[in-house]
Amino acid sequence: MGAIKAGVMKMEDEKMMVDLMRSGHMACPGCGVVIAMRLVLRALGRKTVAVLIPSCSSIIAATYPNSSLKVPAFHGTFESAAPTAAGISYVLKLQGKDDISVVAFAGDGGTFDIGLQALSGTVDRNEHYIYVCLDNEAYMNTGIQASSATPECAWTITTPLGRSARKKNIVEIMAAHRIPYAATASIGYPQDLMEKVQKAKDIRGTKFIHVLTPCPTGWRMAENLTIKSAMLSVETRLFPLYEVSNGRKYAITYEPQGLPINEYLQIQGRYRHLQEEQIAHIQAQIDEEWENLKKRLQIHNDDLIARES
Amino acid sequence: MRELLSGNYAIAEAVRLAKAQLIPAYPITPQTPIYERLSEMEAQGILPGIMVRVESEHSAMAMCISASLTGARVFTATSSQGLALMHEMLHNASGNRVPIVMGCVNRVLAVPWSFGSDQTDTLAQRDTGWMQFYCEDNQEAFDTVIQAYKISEAVMLPSMVIIDAFFNSHFIEPMEVPEQAMIDRFLPQADLPQRFDIENPAFVSNVVTAGAQFVPFRKTGFEDMEKAKVVIKEVDKEFKEHFGRGYGMVESLHTEEAQLVFITSGSMTSTARVAVDSLRNKGLRVGLLKIKTFRPFPSEEVRSALQGVGKVAVIDRNISLGKEGIFCQEVKSALYNSKVQPPIYGYIAGLDGLDVTPEILEGIAMEVMNKEKPDEVPVWVQ
Repeated sequence: MGAIKAGVMKMEDEKMMVDLMRSGHMACPGCGVVIAMRLVLRALGRKTVAVLIPSCSSIIAATYPNSSLKVPAFHGTFESAAPTAAGISYVLKLQGKDDISVVAFAGDGGTFDIGLQALSGTVDRNEHYIYVCLDNEAYMNTGIQASSATPECAWTITTPLGRSARKKNIVEIMAAHRIPYAATASIGYPQDLMEKVQKAKDIRGTKFIHVLTPCPTGWRMAENLTIKSAMLSVETRLFPLYEVSNGRKYAITYEPQGLPINEYLQIQGRYRHLQEEQIAHIQAQIDEEWENLKKRLQIHNDDLIARES
Repeated sequence: MRELLSGNYAIAEAVRLAKAQLIPAYPITPQTPIYERLSEMEAQGILPGIMVRVESEHSAMAMCISASLTGARVFTATSSQGLALMHEMLHNASGNRVPIVMGCVNRVLAVPWSFGSDQTDTLAQRDTGWMQFYCEDNQEAFDTVIQAYKISEAVMLPSMVIIDAFFNSHFIEPMEVPEQAMIDRFLPQADLPQRFDIENPAFVSNVVTAGAQFVPFRKTGFEDMEKAKVVIKEVDKEFKEHFGRGYGMVESLHTEEAQLVFITSGSMTSTARVAVDSLRNKGLRVGLLKIKTFRPFPSEEVRSALQGVGKVAVIDRNISLGKEGIFCQEVKSALYNSKVQPPIYGYIAGLDGLDVTPEILEGIAMEVMNKEKPDEVPVWVQ
C-alpha cells in the first residue's frame, strides 16, 4: 500500500459496530458494494428500512426466503428506488415512527441512468430519506455493460474500445437541486463514510451519498485489490472525499495526496488498452475537476468571510 | 347530500370520504380535475390524507406500492399515456398484493394523438392482475371507489375504477354524496398489514429461485382473483343495505327470452337503456347486458344472462388490432365451453369519444336482426 494512509476506525464507537448484514450474502469475492452496504447499515443502526432495486445489492441481499440484511427491506423496481423509499418514509411519519431511517440502495445504472428522473423528483420535493448510490461504474449485475457512470476510455463489454463520453458528475447534479446534504464516500475510508451516513441520518429531507464501489469482476482486477483501488481513487483525486450542504456549502473531508492517476489505472484490466496520451488526458481532467472543486470551496469560504465582515 | 358533480369530482369526493392517507398524483387530460380537486381539498384542510406531486405516473405508482406495504390506504388517478407508463408498476402492485385503488379515465392512446374516450388504455392492462370496474355514471363512479377499497382490502389485490373521458369525467350530474359517518360505518379506517417491522425484519419481494417458487405466488394470486368474485358481490350487497344502491358484476335488463341483447360497458350503457326502451316500444324483444366488472371476468353471470337469447351485439369502445373488440372476445370466450351459444355480432363504436346515439344503437339492432350470421371481423360504426 506504500504511501497510502489507511483510515482508522474508532473502535470505541459501539453503535457503529453492530453488524446488520449476515454472512452468507451473495456478493462476488472482493465485492466493494457489499462492504459499502455493511458500513452504511452499521452507521444507520437497526431502526432502518432498506429499499433495494434490481442491482448487485438486491442480489447480495439474497433470494427468497433468505435475507442477508437484519433490517426490514423491500425490492422495488429499477427506476424507482427514490419514490419507493419516499413512500415508506411518508407513511412511517404518519404512523409516528419518525425515528426509523429509510435508506435506498441503488447502483450507478439505477441512479445515473434509468432512475435519475425519479431521483430528481424526490430531491425536488425534499422527501425524507437517504439515497446511497453504490457506483461500480457499469451494469455489473447484468455482466459489465456501460452506464453513464462508466468513465471515459474504460472498457466494458458494450464499449470494447473504451467509452467515449465522460462520466456524469452526479454529486453536482444533486447539489444543483440544493439537496440538504450530498457527499462522496469511499470504502477505503470507512470512518469518513460512516460519519457521513450518521450526519445524513440526522438531517431532515433528502440526503445523497455517492460511494465508489470497486468491482474486481468488472474492473478486471484481482479480488484483493478492492480496497487498494478504492483508496487510490481518493489519493489520485479521481474521487475526492467531500460534502455539500444545501448545494452551497462545500467541505473536503479528506486531503488527498494527489498521486498520479496511472497508479490507479494500471492495476485495472479495464484500462489495459490505454495509450500515454489517454492517460495524460485523464490526468488533465482530474486536475481540472480538482481545481473546480477547490474553487467551489473557495466561493463558499469567501461568502462566509464577506458575511462576517 | 344531493350534489351536482362531474365524474372526476365524484371520484375525488369518494377519495376524501374513504380517507385515503397518501395520494401521489401526476396530471394528464382528462384525469386532471381529480388531481386538482384533491389539491384544492388539501389546501382547504378538508382532505384527511396528504398529496404528493410526483414527477411521473411511474413514480406515482411506485410510491403507492411502497406506502401501501408500509400500511397506508392510498389513491392515485391517471389516463391513457400515464397508465401505459405505469404498466411495469401495475404488475408490481398486484404481485406485491397491495390494495391500491386507482381512478382511470379512459382516453385514446396515441398515435394519432387525441383526447376522447377509448377503453383500450385500461383494457391493455387486462393481464396486470388488477380488478377493473367500468362505471356507467358519476354516482356509480363515487360508489365504486368506496366499494373498491373494501373489496381490495379484503382480497389484497388492487382496483381500477374506470370512467369514460368527458362523458363521465367532465359532465355534471346530480348525485347523492353520503355523510362521512355513513361512509365510516361501511368502510372503517384502513387496517392494513405493516410489512416493514423493525422487531421482525423481513425482505419483501426479493428474488425467488427460478420456477418452483414463482409459480405458487402467481397461482395464489389467480385463486384470490377468483375468490374476489364472491367478495365483489358481498360488498355490493352490503353497500346496497347501507346506501340503497347496488350494481352487481353485471346488470341484465330484459334479457329473458330476448331476440337480441346489447352488451355494453361504461357511459354508453345509459344510451343503450334509451335505445332498448325505444325498440321494445316498437314490439321488439331487445335486452341489455351491462358488464361492470371486467376483471375478474363474470363468466358465469354472462352465461346465465345470455341463456335462451337469440342474438348478441357487443358494442366495444375499444379495439385490439388483429382481432376485434375486447369485450367481444371476452364474452365469446366465456361462452365457448357452455351450451349457451347465441351468435355474437361485434361492433366498434364511439372510439375517441364519438357519440353513440340511441339511433345508432337502434340501427345496429335492426342490422343484426336482419343478418344471417356475424362477420369474421367487427363492424365499424363511423
